[in-house]
Amino acid sequence: MSRPELVAPPEIYYGDVEAKKYTNNSRIQQIQADMTYRALELLNLPPDEPAFLLDIGCGSGLSGEILDEEGHLWAGLDIAPSMLEVALEREVEGDLFLQDIGQGIGFRPGSFDGAISIRRFDNTLRRSISVLQWLLNAETSHPTSSPPHRLTRFFTTLHAALKNPSRAVLQFYPTSDDQIQLITSIAQKAGFGGGIVVDYPNSKKARKVFLCLFVGGGGGAQQVPKGLEGEEEDEGRVQFEKRRERLKAKSGGKRKNIKDKDWILKKKELYRQRGKESVPNDSKYTGRKRKPVF
Amino acid sequence: MVRLITHNLLACHAKGCTSNNFPLQFQDVSIELRDADFNADFLRGFLPRLEWPALVGAARQLGDTSLPAEQPDMIDDEFLQKLHHVLLEIHVEEGAMVCPNCKHVYPISNGIPNMLLAEHEIG
Ligand SMILES: C[S@@+](CC[C@H](N)C(=O)[O-])C[C@H]1O[C@@H](n2cnc3c(N)ncnc32)[C@H](O)[C@@H]1O
Ligand SMILES: [Zn+2]
Repeated sequence: MSRPELVAPPEIYYGDVEAKKYTNNSRIQQIQADMTYRALELLNLPPDEPAFLLDIGCGSGLSGEILDEEGHLWAGLDIAPSMLEVALEREVEGDLFLQDIGQGIGFRPGSFDGAISIRRFDNTLRRSISVLQWLLNAETSHPTSSPPHRLTRFFTTLHAALKNPSRAVLQFYPTSDDQIQLITSIAQKAGFGGGIVVDYPNSKKARKVFLCLFVGGGGGAQQVPKGLEGEEEDEGRVQFEKRRERLKAKSGGKRKNIKDKDWILKKKELYRQRGKESVPNDSKYTGRKRKPVF
Repeated sequence: MVRLITHNLLACHAKGCTSNNFPLQFQDVSIELRDADFNADFLRGFLPRLEWPALVGAARQLGDTSLPAEQPDMIDDEFLQKLHHVLLEIHVEEGAMVCPNCKHVYPISNGIPNMLLAEHEIG
């Protein structure tokens, strides 16, 4: 199986063609959306409050669109100009930066309520590539240093940029235990707690690995969250524990609106008219009410 | 799409540049104004994270003088509306950000700042 991260640097691999590849593929977009929801769930943010998040390797903004939809504000980092261009075309709301995370990131201490990194499922290769993969395996066309050095720089500066307590959830696709070992040991040295979460460990198709890093206590329980178990009906689709819980629990009526439902429905309609395919279906969660902060 | 909300969090990350590396100074910028959704709860929650003098200074560099030099004790709706506009509705589209310490220039093109460092600048 070809491993592009061994062959070319990401900003070359994600050229115009590759970057535009999924703008019209609703299935891939659904997969990316589900991954993002799962990462958000693992972030364990205070319920119903808008957060300020970092999307690492934000790419063409498929994950960012979900953050928008959920009412969060965010900044996104990516090394590939073509991917960022697509994100601009998609009119995501986050602030985008052309950045090589292996060089470290320059945000002030405590800037973010959490960070996510969502891998990209590649339809042709039938596998996924994550930012961590790129850091482990490939040089970039910019001046750079060794993978362990780049990982150290990344984790150290990421740790500083996150609020205490908070979490970073990075999806990846380790190819060996050595890789997991290297990554977790460097993350630990950078000050992170946490560990690896594996969803559907016994399913060849649905198995997913998340590096779930804690700053301070990580917010809430100290333990690493449990992976999802059982059968999955479709590759790439995940069930959401919390969503199922929320289905059961009726939401209270006394909360204050942030983005009201009409607004969101209107915006979704607009996206659909523009030919966007990843617009989430309208549901009872659309524009659901959020608790005021104070 | 650099807005002052992220500019206020951004310091220079070049090698050895650890003091006086904030806030980055805007240079030759062009801006665009775009409406954003007002969210009072978010703004209140975000206030403690802001470096106030840096925000006021940056807003002035972009031609907005609506914010008071001192962060007010009373957070009312009128103040939050101004803060909302300054943080979320002013987009820097072109120009550059310059580190006050090492003078590294981070160019902004199409709303996207280029944060890539040269080899000798990587920590
Ligand atoms: C797995 S894709 C992200 C997909 C995106 N989250 C989405 O849902 O559309 C990986 C992204 O990481 C970026 N990337 C790879 N190496 C990077 C690095 N060193 N710094 C920043 N971004 C990098 C690639 O350019 C690519 O856009
Ligand atoms: Zn500097």
